[in-house]
Amino acid sequence: MSSRSVIPFGPQHPVLPEPIHLDLVLEDEKVVEAVPSIGFVHRGLESLVTKKDFKEMVYVAERICGICSFGHGFGYCDAVEHIMDIQVTERANYLRTILFELSRMHSHILWLGLMADAFGFENLFMDTWRIREKVLDMLEAATGGRVIFSILDVGGLRKDIPDDMLKGFLPVLKDIEKELAVDIRTFLNDGAVKSRLCGVGVLSAEEVENLGCCGPFLRGSGVKRDSRKLGYAAYDDIDFDIVTSTDCDTYGRTYVRANEILQSIRIIRQAVEKIPAGEVMVPVKGFPNGEHMTRLEQPRGEACYYVKANGTKFLERMRVRTPTFANIPALTQTLQGCELADVPILVVAIDPCISCTER
Amino acid sequence: MSTVNYVGQALKNLFSKPATCKYPFEPREFPERTRGHVENDMDKCVLCGLCQMRCPTGAITVDKKEQTWAIRPFSCIQCRSCVDNCPKKCLSMDRQYQEPGERKIEKKFDLSDSQKEALAAQAKAAAEKAAAAKAAMEAKKKAEEEAAAKAAEAGDTAGAAEAPKE
Repeated sequence: MSSRSVIPFGPQHPVLPEPIHLDLVLEDEKVVEAVPSIGFVHRGLESLVTKKDFKEMVYVAERICGICSFGHGFGYCDAVEHIMDIQVTERANYLRTILFELSRMHSHILWLGLMADAFGFENLFMDTWRIREKVLDMLEAATGGRVIFSILDVGGLRKDIPDDMLKGFLPVLKDIEKELAVDIRTFLNDGAVKSRLCGVGVLSAEEVENLGCCGPFLRGSGVKRDSRKLGYAAYDDIDFDIVTSTDCDTYGRTYVRANEILQSIRIIRQAVEKIPAGEVMVPVKGFPNGEHMTRLEQPRGEACYYVKANGTKFLERMRVRTPTFANIPALTQTLQGCELADVPILVVAIDPCISCTER
Repeated sequence: MSTVNYVGQALKNLFSKPATCKYPFEPREFPERTRGHVENDMDKCVLCGLCQMRCPTGAITVDKKEQTWAIRPFSCIQCRSCVDNCPKKCLSMDRQYQEPGERKIEKKFDLSDSQKEALAAQAKAAAEKAAAAKAAMEAKKKAEEEAAAKAAEAGDTAGAAEAPKE
């Protein structure tokens, strides 16, 4: 038996967009154990609810993470709206759906780029990010911000997005679809790429269920579960498929994310077609009193928002269960027994968002 | 399964124009809604302080005594809350991003002279109106008191007259 050695991985590592530290216990080139430690970007945002007005808290919720910004703002607003019994207008629901899918697209395209970077395909990485820029431009034109939108508010949206602007998005989406097809073909069919993805980090459907995974990671192992099917916002009026893959490895997860971008485009097209006219904001009176738990599908998986209010303008408690938090156990599981060279790919495969996890 | 899948795109990238713009020589065009930084038109501002109340980060300070409006641009999160809540519409969102700096500065704006005069005239008019209202109130109160006293007197005599009947 060869001797063991421990290699620190992170918090600063070229493949990591955010700081997470892993102690990799190696036996020759094989990882036998991986011990994660987090806590580098904890900001205590959850406890801010006791000091910030419940309406101002929307801005804080949006800033939990830069990439899932819209998802966090939406989760918070949805929970508070349920407590206050506010019925958001139909148009606001549709606009929220469109913005949510746009942000899902930019998150997934970002992930594809990071994955390309992790297996060393620089050209593909830059090309995906070039395409992502178009999504960001659409978001900036619609909301005024590239990643932090500040358009959500309790009761609806702070600003309407005119119909002609939404219609103007459709040709851009067509462009993106066309350009992305080349990249997706490379991700899914290229021999060199496949040799890095296939059979890496295999977890069966039963294992991912037992580890409590969520999001594309779960669907990449063939479990058909997507919180969007719960029908919040306007998702129950819109027809879309849950993308799954039975490959159960990193290739399957890439397949799911790549095809989810195309599903998002499909959702946006339907929403733009069906969107009704009307107001986007409902007047909000009084303070929330009660508690609620909201479940929603963020780009990285299912997030849970728990909000407890006590009838004053400050909330009592907010708790966010973020998707990366649920996927970290699966990460340590997949790392056991893998080659050292595959570690970056496996870390990126869960789409780690450490800012979300630590808040 | 081919390993040359991406060659077409790679060749295209080699011979096409760069996707990025040549930044300092070619300034970026922002869409209409871009939130860059907050500007205040001091010709219209009335120093009501609503923006200060609504700012989630407390970046805005309104000093009514000194007649200044100040913003700490490095604390501002460009949420547009102040602009949306401004009753005089003197606050606006400029599309250009805030310039970077070495220190966290505070930008102070003095009220323009014409606005200062206008506000002073307004305050004077308001004070006069308040004084007039106060005088009127006092006169009314006095009249009411007198009337009440008279009524009480009359009531006393009436009560005295009616009392034996019961």
